[in-house]
Amino acid sequence: MAKKMPETPLLDQLESGPWPSFVTGLKRLANSEDKPYANMVKSLLGQLEHSYETRKGYWKGGTIGVIGYGAGVIPRFSEVSDKYPESKEFHTLRVIPPAGMHYSTKLLRDMCDVWEEHGSGLIAFHGQSGDIMFQGCDSANVQPAFDKFNEMGFDLGGAGAGIRTSMSCVGAARCEQSCYDEQKAHRMIINSTLDDMHRPALPYKFKFKFSGCANDCVNATHRSDFAVLGTWKDNIQIDQAEFKKYVADRGVKEIYEQVINMCPTRAMTINEDNSLDIDSHSCVRCMHCINVLTKALSPGKERGCTVLVGGKRTLKVGDMMGINLIPFMRLETEEDYEKLTEFATEVLEFFAENALEHERLGEMIDRIGFPNFIEAMGIDVTPNMVAHPRTNSYVRMDGWDEEAAKWSERRAPAAE
Amino acid sequence: MSQARQPIESGVPDPFQYMHPALKDNYGKWKWHERPRVGVLHHVAENGGEVWTVKAGTQRQMDVYTIRKLADIADEFADGFVRFTARSNIEYMVTDPAKVDPLIAKLNAEGFPVGGTGNSISMISHTQGWLHCDIPGTDASGVVKALMDELYEEFTREEMPNRVKITTSCCQINCGGQGDIAINVQHTKPPTINHDLVANVCERPSVVARCPAAAIRPALVNGKPSLEVDERKCICCGACYPPCPPMQINDPVNTKIAIWVGGKHSSTRSKPSFHKLVAAGLPNNAPRWPEVADVVKKIVSAYKKDARAWERMSEWIDRVGWPRFFELTGLPFTKYHIDDWAGSRKALNTSAQVRF
Repeated sequence: MAKKMPETPLLDQLESGPWPSFVTGLKRLANSEDKPYANMVKSLLGQLEHSYETRKGYWKGGTIGVIGYGAGVIPRFSEVSDKYPESKEFHTLRVIPPAGMHYSTKLLRDMCDVWEEHGSGLIAFHGQSGDIMFQGCDSANVQPAFDKFNEMGFDLGGAGAGIRTSMSCVGAARCEQSCYDEQKAHRMIINSTLDDMHRPALPYKFKFKFSGCANDCVNATHRSDFAVLGTWKDNIQIDQAEFKKYVADRGVKEIYEQVINMCPTRAMTINEDNSLDIDSHSCVRCMHCINVLTKALSPGKERGCTVLVGGKRTLKVGDMMGINLIPFMRLETEEDYEKLTEFATEVLEFFAENALEHERLGEMIDRIGFPNFIEAMGIDVTPNMVAHPRTNSYVRMDGWDEEAAKWSERRAPAAE
Repeated sequence: MSQARQPIESGVPDPFQYMHPALKDNYGKWKWHERPRVGVLHHVAENGGEVWTVKAGTQRQMDVYTIRKLADIADEFADGFVRFTARSNIEYMVTDPAKVDPLIAKLNAEGFPVGGTGNSISMISHTQGWLHCDIPGTDASGVVKALMDELYEEFTREEMPNRVKITTSCCQINCGGQGDIAINVQHTKPPTINHDLVANVCERPSVVARCPAAAIRPALVNGKPSLEVDERKCICCGACYPPCPPMQINDPVNTKIAIWVGGKHSSTRSKPSFHKLVAAGLPNNAPRWPEVADVVKKIVSAYKKDARAWERMSEWIDRVGWPRFFELTGLPFTKYHIDDWAGSRKALNTSAQVRF
C-alpha cells in the first residue's frame, strides 16, 4: 500500500528559487510509486524534515561492507527509525569515478538503473574526496548493488584510515595549461595502492590529488597528503605576435595593470616594440600571466610536476598547507611515471611505519622534522623547499663541513 | 552454498572509454582557449581542432530523473558525453558552435543555470549534512541551495574581480575545505555527555587522545566508567563526538555558524592561504539561513566593488588591509578574531605599519 507523503513545510521552502532543488528531486523519488524506493525516500524526507525542525542530525555509523573489502561503504542507521522506519538503513556506496570525471550517457543510465533497483535513486556527483556517492541503500542491497557496479568495471573508494579516493583535474583532456598526463599519474598511483584503500590499516587517512598546474583546480595543495602539481623547468613559451596583439587590443595600461604588475616576482617587462621579456630565473611558475594571455603565453616545454606533502585541515593541531618536497620531477616517459609512482609508494610506506595513530602525514613530518623526513626519503635538500632559511640559532651544526661538501658535489658538473 | 563473489579490484577506471571524442583526439594537444560568453569555454588544439564546453550548475545530490534528463540533453546536443567538475557542475562538449546556443536554451528551459566560468561565483562545494552525515551540526544541501538562490546572478555573470570559491562545512572538521568564503559550523558549548553509554560505546583512551585541548579525562560517574570534560579548557570543537557519540556536541541553539574568508589553494600570484575568521555567532536558521546569506552577500558586494581585476579575496584584503575589510563589510572586529592557538604570533602585526 502506498505510504503517505510526509508533511515537509520547512523543506518545501527549498523548492522555490532559481537554483535546482534537491528537495524537488527527493520528492520525485518519493512519488515514484512503482519503484521499490518510494517509501524509503518518503521516510527519508520525514527524517530530514525532523532534522530541519529540531536542528539536529539523526544518523549513526556502524559496520557494513562487501565481501573482501574493509572500506568503501558508509553505514548509516537511523536513530529515529521508530518514526521513519523505511529509511532505517540508509547506507552510501562510495564508487570511484573515471579519472577526470568523464561519463558517457550510457554509463550514467546504467548507474541509474542499478541504483533504482538496489538503492534510493539518489546519487551525488561527487563527494568531497571525489567519489560518486550512491546514497541510500539498505543492508541487504549493499552487496548486490556493489556486485553490479563491480561487473560494470567500477570499484569502491576509500574510507577510514586508508588511501582515499583521489581526484585529477580535466587536464590534458581539455586544457592547454596541463603540464603532465594527470589521469595517467592518478591511475598509476591509486591503482598501485588499492590494498591500502580496500583494507584500510594505515595510521590515518592518506589522500593523493592531481592538478595539471599551479592553478590547482582540484585543491590538491591543502586537501591532500601528497599533491602532484604540474609545472615546467625551462622558459614560458611566448608568441610575441599574439602578445603584441593583446597590447594593441587591450592597451598597454591594462596589460601593465592586469599582467605585468601582478607578476609576483616582477619577472616581466614590455620592450619598446611592445614585445615581452620574461626573466625565467625569477619566474615562479604561478600561472597568472598564462591564465590572462591564453593565446600568447604557455608553459615551457620541459614539463613535469612539483610534489607537495602534508596538506590537511584543522584536526588536531591546526591547518597545514602542503610543503614543497620535490620542486621538479620530469614526467614524459613511462619510466618517469613509474618513478613518481615508486616515490609515492615509498612515502606511503614511511608514513605507514612511522606515523602515530590518527596522525596525518603533515603532523608526522612536523613531529620528526622535515630534514629527517627528506633524509629518510633519500631526497637532496634544495632552497626551493623553504620560504627562507632558519631564523633560530638553537641548532647543533657540527656536521656542517660534510653537508656543505655534499652541496658542492651536487653543484659540480658531472665528471666526464 | 555458492562461493562468495570476490571483488574485482579494478581501482580508478580508464576515462578514455567515457571521454568525448574531441577530447580524446586532442588529448595533450590543446593550444589555447577563450570564453566566448558566460558559461562557455572554447578550446583550440594545435591541429586546429576545436571544442566548445557549456557548463551548468546542478544540485549535486541528484535523483535518477534529473540525471537521466541531463543525459537526454547530452544525447541530443553533445554526442552522448559529459563530465563533472570538482564543484559538481556538469560540462557538455560540442564540436559544432551552432549547437552552443540551443544547448544553453535547453539547459535553461530545464532549470539548469549556465555559468560558473571565469570570474564568476561558481557552485558552492558542500558536504553531507543532515541528509547523510553522522555528526553534522547543520545541513549542507539546504544551505547551498538557499545561498545559490541568492548568488544565482553571480553564477550566470563573470563580473567578479577573480573567481570566488565558496565552501560549506557542517562541523569543525571542515570537509568543505578552504574557500574565498567558507561557511562553517562553530560550536559554542562543551559536549553534553550521556554517562550511561560512554563505557559501552567509546574507546576511552582514544577519545582522550583526540582532544586538541587535553580537556578530557577518564572518570567514574555514578559508579560507571565514563569521561569528563574540563569545561574551562574545552574549546567546543566537537573532535570528541565522532569517536564517542554519547558526547553530543550538536545543539539546536548553541551550534552556530561562522564565516571565514581568504582561503586559496592555487599558487597563482600569491602563495596558497588559509581562510580567516570574520564573522561568528550566526544562528543555524534552517531552512534558508538568511543571516548567513546576509553576511555572505555583504562580503561579496564589498569585494566586487573594491577589489582590482584578478585579485582573489585574500589578495584584495592583503592590499587594503583588515581595518578596511571590516569597515567596508560593516562586520564587527572582536577579541575572538585574534588567534591564540600554537604559532599564533605569526598572525599578529609585528611592524609599525598601520592603516587608518
